[in-house]
Amino acid sequence: MTSNNRLFGILVPIISVLLGLIVGAFIMVISGHNPIEGYIALWNGAFYDAFTIGETIRRITPLILTGLAIAFAFRTGLFNIGAEGQVIVGWLAAVWIGLVVDAPMIIHLPLAVLAGALAGGLWGFIPGLLKAKLGVHEVIVTIMMNYIAMFVSNEIVRSVLTDHNTSTEKIAATASLGSEWLQALTFYSRLHYGILIALFAAVVMWFIIDRTTVGYELKAVGFNRHASKYAGMNVSKNIILSMVISGAFAGLAGVMEGLGTYGNVSVISGFTNLGFDGIAVALLGANNPLGVILAAILFGVLKEGAGEMPSAGVPTELVDIIIAIIIFFVASSYIIRWALTRFKKEGK
Amino acid sequence: MEYVIEMLNIRKEFPGIVANDNITVQLKKGEIHALLGENGAGKSTLMNVLFGLYQPEAGEIRVKGEKVNITNPNIANDLGIGMVHQHFMLVEPFTVTQNIILGSEPKGAFGSINIKKAEKEIQEISDRYGLKVDPTAKISEISVGMQQRVEILKTLYRGAEVLIFDEPTAVLTPQEIHELMDIMRSLVREGKSIILITHKLKEIMEVCDRCTVIRKGQGIGTVEVKDSNPDELASLMVGREVNFKTEKKPANPKEVVLHIENLFVQDARKVDLVKGLNLDVRAGEIVGIAGVDGNGQSELIEAITGLTKSRSGKITLKEKNITNMSPRNVTKSGLGHIPQDRHKYGLVLDYPIGANMVLQTYYQKPYSKVSVLNYKEIYDKAKELIKEYDVRTPSEFTPARALSGGNQQKAIIGREIDRSPELLIAAQPTRGLDVGAIEFIHSKLIEERDKGRAVLLVSFELDEIMNVSDRIAVMFDGKIVANVKPEETNEQELGLLMAGSTINEAGDSSDVK
Repeated sequence: MTSNNRLFGILVPIISVLLGLIVGAFIMVISGHNPIEGYIALWNGAFYDAFTIGETIRRITPLILTGLAIAFAFRTGLFNIGAEGQVIVGWLAAVWIGLVVDAPMIIHLPLAVLAGALAGGLWGFIPGLLKAKLGVHEVIVTIMMNYIAMFVSNEIVRSVLTDHNTSTEKIAATASLGSEWLQALTFYSRLHYGILIALFAAVVMWFIIDRTTVGYELKAVGFNRHASKYAGMNVSKNIILSMVISGAFAGLAGVMEGLGTYGNVSVISGFTNLGFDGIAVALLGANNPLGVILAAILFGVLKEGAGEMPSAGVPTELVDIIIAIIIFFVASSYIIRWALTRFKKEGK
Repeated sequence: MEYVIEMLNIRKEFPGIVANDNITVQLKKGEIHALLGENGAGKSTLMNVLFGLYQPEAGEIRVKGEKVNITNPNIANDLGIGMVHQHFMLVEPFTVTQNIILGSEPKGAFGSINIKKAEKEIQEISDRYGLKVDPTAKISEISVGMQQRVEILKTLYRGAEVLIFDEPTAVLTPQEIHELMDIMRSLVREGKSIILITHKLKEIMEVCDRCTVIRKGQGIGTVEVKDSNPDELASLMVGREVNFKTEKKPANPKEVVLHIENLFVQDARKVDLVKGLNLDVRAGEIVGIAGVDGNGQSELIEAITGLTKSRSGKITLKEKNITNMSPRNVTKSGLGHIPQDRHKYGLVLDYPIGANMVLQTYYQKPYSKVSVLNYKEIYDKAKELIKEYDVRTPSEFTPARALSGGNQQKAIIGREIDRSPELLIAAQPTRGLDVGAIEFIHSKLIEERDKGRAVLLVSFELDEIMNVSDRIAVMFDGKIVANVKPEETNEQELGLLMAGSTINEAGDSSDVK
């Protein structure tokens, strides 16, 4: 039975993706585009040459981290809608350290990365604290925290880090995740070392959740607070800790953008959507670290490849439709499960 | 003789197990037919087959002599089969009438609901069977016993001729149980037929005509209740002789282990529920706390175990002050606690049963080292406890949720006793369990006593208190009002003490009787 479940666990997302692509093809046909050309353009947009591959990996990197952030909270019974805000404060904090600290790389870079993670963790701490002590639902607080993050970050960029400019200067080279070697390898794409941090973070999440007493407690509290208290666990501490760790992962996603891709921080007029996409990544990846990596790859490829689709006359918005359809099928995986069971029975 | 329902040679398999194997149940018109079996014997599976939730692999079902194929609950409803579920399926903010007509609303003009007509109809049905239900009352405002009657009304309103009751008394007070029995009698008097799923022998003896016994998925046979007795039924159910009177040597109490002095505990509304309680429990004795639910027993346990802070007073465990310590420190000081609500407090139901076995010790060696869990040690320990305490589970990796109540409780008891606590608190340890499990749990409690541990038993079942305790402390209105020996008292006297009489009054009136 368990092997059956595992098989379903893998089949359902794969079928969802295929269905999404098929429905996407139909939409292209209906709207008068050639789906084969459209998908070839999508493929080329993501994998045409070393440069596009580099850019695709760069796009995947923060998605892995926000996916992990959401998945981690989910696994411990919390819904962290605040990854978006945690990305923004992580980005800001990392760049800030990157700008103002003067130190050799071996100190400067880790310090900046850590600052981003801590800032994200702090942004998770506040809703965690309110949930643990006052019972305020984390969804409401984290949504509000997203707006606070965006406007506070904008104000700091304008008034503290610059003199009324819309973006800061580039960070010191000693705080950069950029790599000339990786850039040379990919025809000067913006690929940076961050992907290693993201992959390592996935291992960290797996280790914490599955292998440590911390994960044992966090999951227990998520499943059953009363039994956890009875067993001598500190329920409040665990709720807060879960939000802090989740926030730190999201903060690291911001670090990727701040120290890797852009090297600065700008005034933003809307959300980065990294945090919100992370919800979909976590869902598609079944809240499992390896699944999150695979889901982030899929999302990154689709988003990066979409940039090339207009060359085949297909609007980029179509990719958003395909992504939405994939999420729809995953979310309604019951239908696919039902169909699979049915299929299996008749096959007997 | 005509049968309204016949289930002949039913077989139902699930991957890995045969839940029902060749079971035959024949229900006569106008009888109350018990379906007796231990937890996990396959009673509910069989009824779910009848109700169309499962399809049997073999065997046939006949309704009034005609073979039928029940593929979903709607067909069962159409055939006049109604189920009163153990867990009620009611919409709390709705009225009784609204709940009953849900799904088969009587339509008035322009698609409106003719609620007055429905109310009248429900009132009539209620009167006919003596249910005394107010059709206009809200579900959230009526008692659990009344809610159950609404469930009964629901099936009657839909024209049920055959009613299946799934462990109906598990949630009821003794008074409500008595009333339910009357209702069942009046139902059969009006020509309905009843299947009663239960593992309580007392109920079968009291109200049933015939009884079909199921053991480990096998149909053992059907007996006439009036020709049988509880001992025979119990041994049919369990497959061996059952001891109702718990065997034990006289207690040999030694030093005081638990000492409680002038304890006050408040509930969430800041009302004192434990009011100046004093209690000693010695090593090598079982002290039973008798009392009606709601006299501060839960708050007392929560205060001892650290789940609630006490307002004032002092609790010591082996002369160590544990007043208002955290649950973890109380546990470390030598407390084992079998909680009253095993689903809420005792287990993390979504964790494997194996992971639940280290719920208080996961952070200690050998189960973890520098915060890294050692799964091999954890599951080896779990395997050992599962074997020793006869926890029936497919494996140690099975989610605790999937185990039957009795096996969940055995797992908790194994876990708590394995830590060799100085004091073992058992709160309602046998609630909802069958005789086999009850016997096992009682013998374990006595075994702990004989090892020289102190045991504090809290139970609302007088039988259990009388049988197991060496000393009975009667709790009333937040205080211990009397200490009596089980062999020197009787249920009559205890009942009066629990209702607040003093020991002299209680002694006098029970003497007169």
